[in-house]
Amino acid sequence: MASEPTYSEAYQSGIREEMNNNPKIFIMGTDLQERGGHFAQVKGIAQEFGGERVRDTPISEAAMIAAGVGAAMYGMRPVVDLNFMDFALGAMDEIINQAAHIRYMFNGSVPLIIRATSGIAQAGAHHNNSFESFFAHTPGLSVAVPGTPWDVKGLLKTALRADDPVIFMMHKKLTGMRGPIGGPEDLVPFGKARIAREGADATLVTYGYTLIPAMKAAETLAAEGKQVEILDLRTLFPMDMDAVIEAVKRTGRMVVVDEAPLFASITAEIAATASEAAFDSLKGPIVRVGAQRAPLSADPGMVEATIPSISDIEAALRKVLSY
Amino acid sequence: MGTREEMLAMLRMMMMIRNFEETADKLTLRGKVSGGMHNSSGQEAVAVGVMSALAPDDVIATTHRSHHHTLAKGFSAREVMAELMTKATGVSKGRGASMHLGDVARGHFGGNGIVGAGMGIGMGAALGIKLAGDKKVAVGFVGDGGMNTGRTWEAVNMAAIWKLPLIVVVDNNQYAVETFIERVTAGGDLPKRASGFGLPASTIDGQNVLEVKDAVAKARDFALAGNGPTFLNAVTYRYYGHNVGEKGQYRTLEEIEDWRTNRDPIDQLAARLFADGLLDQATFDEMTASVEAEIKDAVEFAENSPNPDPADVMLNVDSGKLRG
Ligand SMILES: Cc1ncc(C[n+]2csc(CCOP(=O)(O)OP(=O)(O)O)c2C)c(N)n1
Ligand SMILES: [Mg+2]
Repeated sequence: MASEPTYSEAYQSGIREEMNNNPKIFIMGTDLQERGGHFAQVKGIAQEFGGERVRDTPISEAAMIAAGVGAAMYGMRPVVDLNFMDFALGAMDEIINQAAHIRYMFNGSVPLIIRATSGIAQAGAHHNNSFESFFAHTPGLSVAVPGTPWDVKGLLKTALRADDPVIFMMHKKLTGMRGPIGGPEDLVPFGKARIAREGADATLVTYGYTLIPAMKAAETLAAEGKQVEILDLRTLFPMDMDAVIEAVKRTGRMVVVDEAPLFASITAEIAATASEAAFDSLKGPIVRVGAQRAPLSADPGMVEATIPSISDIEAALRKVLSY
Repeated sequence: MGTREEMLAMLRMMMMIRNFEETADKLTLRGKVSGGMHNSSGQEAVAVGVMSALAPDDVIATTHRSHHHTLAKGFSAREVMAELMTKATGVSKGRGASMHLGDVARGHFGGNGIVGAGMGIGMGAALGIKLAGDKKVAVGFVGDGGMNTGRTWEAVNMAAIWKLPLIVVVDNNQYAVETFIERVTAGGDLPKRASGFGLPASTIDGQNVLEVKDAVAKARDFALAGNGPTFLNAVTYRYYGHNVGEKGQYRTLEEIEDWRTNRDPIDQLAARLFADGLLDQATFDEMTASVEAEIKDAVEFAENSPNPDPADVMLNVDSGKLRG
């Protein structure tokens, strides 16, 4: 039996199907044609669709995004592939002041996808930033953070059929993850969280790679007789706050985890909003788990000291379970 | 050069822009223009020359100083004036004001509050045009100050390697706020910089509307033939401060007076049309009066228009399609 596709192959599958359906979709970025991108995310796509639709660019992040913005305004559907999310900083004006704000002022849409690999793995402070919160913070942008191959493909398809600038963040450590993917019309909607694990005693909210340590922590607690529900957000904007609030009402105990610096983070947004909306259902404060507010070191031990571990997640769960 | 009608239309458009700017300047001083404005008086020939060479559905993307581009592109004085006053009837439905005039559907991809950003969007529009296989061009306007942002040259390079149908027009009024271009431009010569990217690049007289029009027409043909972008450095001058109310000491009154009296784009075209027998005093007076009436009407229209409805503040933040 052929093995299930990887997270990267799920992306290839989604982009291939959508490019076949819609001649307006094209991709641009560095090292896409031969190498297939730094994460093999578009491996083979240039060979199938040619160099006009899979464009190798100079290392000009501002011009890459500007090209995407202008082409999207003109009616095309560009996907700008930055390889690493960190490289967005060279194009932050194009993303925030331009792509995100044009619809509001200029009577036109910007159907632009900015794909990049994100999250913490290795290689130090310039390749391991977690920018989820500033993109989600920006009016006009939507942010996808798929945690499975299925969601990569399904969310990508939804994004490619919508009309908005979308930041599509794929986690480094999920690149080779295998799993089932949907067919041509299995779209995953934005703003709809998924219950990744059922459990009645507490709810853990997370997304992306952190689902994996979260799942392990839940297994440990299961061995201790406590069932933890895990909610996978799938997109950070729109965010499925209804699902979060329902979960609070269901279990009354909540932990929110990601690997971004805790201060002014997505986890803060969730904890604040859920507390405001469902305070009476909570048996105790929502507990947040995140990274220290330090640049990412290249040293593995230092990385471990910066970001949450499985035992940090377990400790947070034990804390809410003690209420 | 064009027919008599075309020349008179260019003259009238420049006169209209001048009257618009001087009127809007006064309104700004009276506090009627939210966020102030950047007056383009003196730079009319760049805008009118460029637009006269473009087809109506060619695309432009521009800068913070773009009333002249917007009016010359065919937007009415009414809707531009209304936008300056953030009225719902304005170009950007009152959401943009002076710096953010734009309407994608009409090929105006926006003014810009960020120096250097508009030209890159023009480059992207040119990529869209090329991929769609359309016979159009995009013009990206940028100021002399914008010549020193890194992204300007990223965009020029990309346009050149992909042979995009882009015309880069430097609306070079020689100052970036108080900074004289020569103080900050290494190498001194902008076309020399641009030609390093392998595209045709030249300096043109931005006070001569016919020269601007010719240069843009050539660049347009060149682009439509699949040859790629052209860089045009249109040297011009702004008569007023960087923004309304500014009274800088960074240039002499003599310098301003010299440009106004000896190189004014409207005077130059009018003189030429008089000399060639294409314009007579009665026609000129009639044009002056009709421009005055048009701007007066625009101000009335703007003042009588409603502001946007605050209830719509969340409208068009995004398409809504991803929010289910
Ligand atoms: C990125 C950025 N930096 C600084 C500014 C502030 N600023 C606004 S206009 C301007 C001068 C721009 O000069 P130029 O490009 O020559 O255009 P002009 O005003 O002469 O039309 C500056 C510095 C800005 N808007 N954007
Ligand atoms: Mg200038």
